[in-house]
Amino acid sequence: MSDRVLVATFEHEDDLLAATAAVRRDGQRIVDAFTPYAVHGLERAMGLRPSRLTWVCFFCGMAGALGMLWFEHWTAAIDWPLDVGGKPWNSMPSDVPVAFEAAVLLAGFGSVLALLAVSRLFPGKQPPIIDPRVTDDRFVLVIAQSDAAFDLNVITTQLADFRALSVEERVTLPGGELQ
Amino acid sequence: MPDLPPLLRPPLVTGNKTLGDVTRDICAPMDRRPTALWWGAFAVSLTALLIGIAAVWYQIATGIGTWGLNKTVGWAFDITNFVFWVGIGHAGTLISAVLFLFRQKWRTAVNRSAEAMTLFAVMCAGIFPLIHMGRPWLAFWMAPYPNTRGPLWVNFKSPLLWDVFAISTYLAISAVFWYIGLLPDLATIRDRSEPGWRKRISSFLCLGWNGSARTWLRYETVYLLLAGLATPLVFSVHTIVSMDFATAVIPGWHTTIFPPYFVAGAIFSGLAMVLTLMIIARAVMQLKDYITLTHIDRMCKLMMSMGCIVGLAYGTEFFTAFYSGNGYEQFVFKNRALGPFAWAYWTMVSCNVLIPQLLWVRKLRATLPVVFVIVILVNVGMWFERFVIIVTSLHRDFLPSSWASYTPTAIEIATFVGSFGLFFTCFLVFCRIAPVIAIAEIKGAAHLPKRQAVEHHEEEQAA
Repeated sequence: MSDRVLVATFEHEDDLLAATAAVRRDGQRIVDAFTPYAVHGLERAMGLRPSRLTWVCFFCGMAGALGMLWFEHWTAAIDWPLDVGGKPWNSMPSDVPVAFEAAVLLAGFGSVLALLAVSRLFPGKQPPIIDPRVTDDRFVLVIAQSDAAFDLNVITTQLADFRALSVEERVTLPGGELQ
Repeated sequence: MPDLPPLLRPPLVTGNKTLGDVTRDICAPMDRRPTALWWGAFAVSLTALLIGIAAVWYQIATGIGTWGLNKTVGWAFDITNFVFWVGIGHAGTLISAVLFLFRQKWRTAVNRSAEAMTLFAVMCAGIFPLIHMGRPWLAFWMAPYPNTRGPLWVNFKSPLLWDVFAISTYLAISAVFWYIGLLPDLATIRDRSEPGWRKRISSFLCLGWNGSARTWLRYETVYLLLAGLATPLVFSVHTIVSMDFATAVIPGWHTTIFPPYFVAGAIFSGLAMVLTLMIIARAVMQLKDYITLTHIDRMCKLMMSMGCIVGLAYGTEFFTAFYSGNGYEQFVFKNRALGPFAWAYWTMVSCNVLIPQLLWVRKLRATLPVVFVIVILVNVGMWFERFVIIVTSLHRDFLPSSWASYTPTAIEIATFVGSFGLFFTCFLVFCRIAPVIAIAEIKGAAHLPKRQAVEHHEEEQAA
């Protein structure tokens, strides 16, 4: 499906923030914004929900801790019980450090891999670049044109009030990737 | 948008930079050819590394009888170096994770290089226990895998095995933390490079980063999670390292103060190493506007407070020995301060406790040559701390008939020199191929003044 979008470029994060909030208040659908650094407050202006990756972290960490505790118990007390310094075979306190390390390892790798999967980031990916300066000093807001509330002239004037450097129409590629 | 009121805190980035200037300044060293100073430093480091490789080759081929160890002193130079390097790594995590959780924005100027330092220091640390095994080609026996020997599992009750898991987890998580932090900057390099090998490599490694706000939101969440995981991890790693000693029954090792004492010492030595590298990088790479005197000042304060905790631990150890009523414990501490290794003990006390007190003076914290000398001395002192703990506790044990002394052999010294070679070679290469300051983070943290054109535009609007 190809779609028309409006691409507005800004020079300052405050302008982007204000424009995003205003355009969204008017009922426009915001496709995405592109910024050189994490602009705090933009997620609120865009109406994005907090990320659920914390749950991935929690469950991976639990899996690491419980899995390792079970494994330590199984090796030391069931598969080959070995007397170490007269300690009980299933001595739990000495199982804690390794279980903790396993929890951290799995939680860390789990959340990073989930981040890459959800954001579709992988080595060698060639993303369509909306403006090469977006990783340097430009802030870009992308608004969908499909919405019934969309009026090109109104929005262009409105964006100019927020000191947009340029406002242009573009076509999204099939699959929703921005050109 | 009205201008911000005058800030109470000094600005994080000086010199009236715009966002574009920040990118340009930080990427500039990668575009320039290396300076003569860089080549000189690289040649020295590489030589040290080659000496180390030759020494490691020789001792593995011959056996660790090439070391100066004996039946009484079974751990000395190698474990000292291991603990020294792990400790250095810890300040990197402190700066990147703990200061992040405390919202200390000034960390953005130093976190990238501190994280790189962590990575390289942990690599250096890992080499020593590996060689100490004597048969490093059997190192995989430390992994709990189903084997044909029973399967005989590893001993999960041994702190030495906890160490294997702690150090490898620490290395892995530090590497991931560092790489994730690099993603946006790799995309910056991709977008500003001319087509060529640098663009191809950075575009492969940046995983297709495009600065989308949705990705930024998830990225920040994961970064916070990693910081939250790395913080207890760093404490657990040095706690476990200290348990290598504390769970033994050797007087001088068998104390409950070891975990906090080791963690404080680790952060202390690591901050000294970060400061050493920062002061050099700031001068050599023209980053004076980013690594300001404020940064040095704050790190000095942190370092000094850690030094005071370490000093308190030294005192507590003596008090505990006195109060324990245990003759062996008391002997070890008397022997430490007055015995054959008293010179090492007093070097440690003066470098770690006495000399850093100079940093109470604001003027001295702003005099970089003085700071540089102090941090070098702290590095020396912290190496001696580990040496004192290990060797003085071992060399005169319960039976006077088995008392012995210890002197390192040339092979051990060459291995230690080699670890410095590895560390500085990696660090110098890192300075050339990656941005030494987290570009995306410093842009977000430092309230940069607006570009002239914007202000001009604003005035027009107002009129």
